[in-house]
Amino acid sequence: MLLSAGVRTNIRYRIFGILRRLLILLLVVWTVVSLVTLLIELVPGDPAVAVLGEQATPEQFAQFREKHGLDRPPFFFSFPRDNNGERHFVWHGSENRYTDYWRLLLHGDMGLSFRNDQPVRDLILERYPATIELAIFAMAIAILIAIPLGVIAGTNRGTLIDNGASVVALLGISLPSFVIGPMLVYIFAVKLHLLAPSGRFDWSDIILPAFTLGAALSAILTRMVRSSVIEELGEDYVRTARAKGLSERTVVYKHVLKNGLIPVVTILGLQLGVLLAGAIITEKIFGWPGLGLLLVEDGINKRDYRVVQGCVLVISMTYILANLLTDMVYRWLDPRIRVG
Amino acid sequence: MLSVADVTMNRLTIIGLIIVVVLVIVALFAPWIATYDVGATDLSMRYLGPSAAHWFGTDSTGRDIFSRVVYGARISLKVGIIVVIVSAFIGTILGAIAGYYGGWVDRIVSGYVFNVFLAFPGLLLAIAMVAFLGAGLNKLILALCIIGWVGYARLIRGQVLKVREYDFVQAARALGASDARILLIHILPNAIQPLIVQASLGMAGAVLSEAALSFLGLGVPPPAPSWGVMIEEARDLSTLQAAPHALIFPGIAIALTVLAFNFIGDGLREYLDPRQRAR
Repeated sequence: MLLSAGVRTNIRYRIFGILRRLLILLLVVWTVVSLVTLLIELVPGDPAVAVLGEQATPEQFAQFREKHGLDRPPFFFSFPRDNNGERHFVWHGSENRYTDYWRLLLHGDMGLSFRNDQPVRDLILERYPATIELAIFAMAIAILIAIPLGVIAGTNRGTLIDNGASVVALLGISLPSFVIGPMLVYIFAVKLHLLAPSGRFDWSDIILPAFTLGAALSAILTRMVRSSVIEELGEDYVRTARAKGLSERTVVYKHVLKNGLIPVVTILGLQLGVLLAGAIITEKIFGWPGLGLLLVEDGINKRDYRVVQGCVLVISMTYILANLLTDMVYRWLDPRIRVG
Repeated sequence: MLSVADVTMNRLTIIGLIIVVVLVIVALFAPWIATYDVGATDLSMRYLGPSAAHWFGTDSTGRDIFSRVVYGARISLKVGIIVVIVSAFIGTILGAIAGYYGGWVDRIVSGYVFNVFLAFPGLLLAIAMVAFLGAGLNKLILALCIIGWVGYARLIRGQVLKVREYDFVQAARALGASDARILLIHILPNAIQPLIVQASLGMAGAVLSEAALSFLGLGVPPPAPSWGVMIEEARDLSTLQAAPHALIFPGIAIALTVLAFNFIGDGLREYLDPRQRAR
């Protein structure tokens, strides 16, 4: 196979670019895991006291610390106070809590819950599908609202419809989920008795949480689709398409929307992470048994720090993965940005 | 044809400014404006609807909602202002250094630090930090500053990268000005405009985050009248049934505040970037 010099340079450039990005990705993942691993050191005082309470016996404390590895040094080194109250540098070597947690992770484990000794991994695996389901439904609702609304607003610029859509979008952006959610509960559960206020038992139970979670995203998307459509309508190819005699409908939906969606896809991918974080609040409002509820009710409220670590780690990793996929889709959609 | 989103931005900016001025006055003069003690409970007065005596009604323990919303403005603005000033300050310094010196400093700050911070959804990092540090207003502010500075740093870095190539910067350098002088006197004043936009949007974000964390029980502890805490207390089914206004008024307060800062930010952006005005 003979390749021209230019193509070869191009390929080498791209491979170098991919390797560089892979390296940054690995560094980022390593740092994120390290930060989560070390978060537990932020707990003021002794985690064992925070979990068991002051009234526990010394034996209970000792047993708890040993079971969860809290009797081991926190990091490779530390600066403990000596009897005179002065701090000294102490080297602990590789047997410490930091490496312990990494060892667990590399074995696909996340330690035991501080509260009920269940493996954190199992708790998370049990809850993860509910959160993903909620995020996907929220995204679907946001897209179903935003694309038609944005296209209509963009193609009818300046009309009552456009202004109405802008106002709705502004409301969606400024009303946080913890206001929208309880309001929806009030309307649909308390007043109309149409839907259950919380839980995940019936298929219809996802409607309110998904709408609550997707509201802000649909507002952002509507604004993006609108300005994207307006921008694309001014391009030369639209004039060409119209000159060919294509119907306005074909022009808008086949040409304008296709090009206009590139920035929207990016936002969608980046917003998946925001949805996952937002799901923490939405799940709390609706008692939706996902990762967020696990994090808040079992982790934070009960000071089960292992559960908090696991949830934060899984949510961040999902976020990183979503961003990576977005980036790849983005590059595939728009060949101009493939190199670099 | 022009539309709301295109033209009235200026009008919306003015509305935003008016709301913010009112908020600041309310927050400053809260003790004179509030009609009741924010902590005083009175179970015989619970779930009262809005009336002349209680403008926004009372909540599940008979506290006056109007007074609590008024004092809540203090908490929201305090958090917002501190978070924005501290994050903008740190972000500007680091962003300016990265943009001005380039090289390995820039590679570490923008290639690594930015990516690490962007790898967390911001709210999650704040939740995680406060979960481990323990709830409280100061810890919440600390967490919001830690997630907040990156946005400013990225912005300023980009601006400095652009401005440092301008002729007057080259001229200053040729005249033998020091790096610090070039950065502070010549580059930053010309790079700082978009920072004001970011700061305004940052206020909206900080107010939202404070309310969200307080809602989750990670912010100001409950007797304090944070808007997030008020919403959390108003959302159980019996309170929703008996006193939906306990949810609606703090909700409106949050929405108006966020909307106002977004209006100002959008308006300023448009004002600073005439290309957007033409569209």
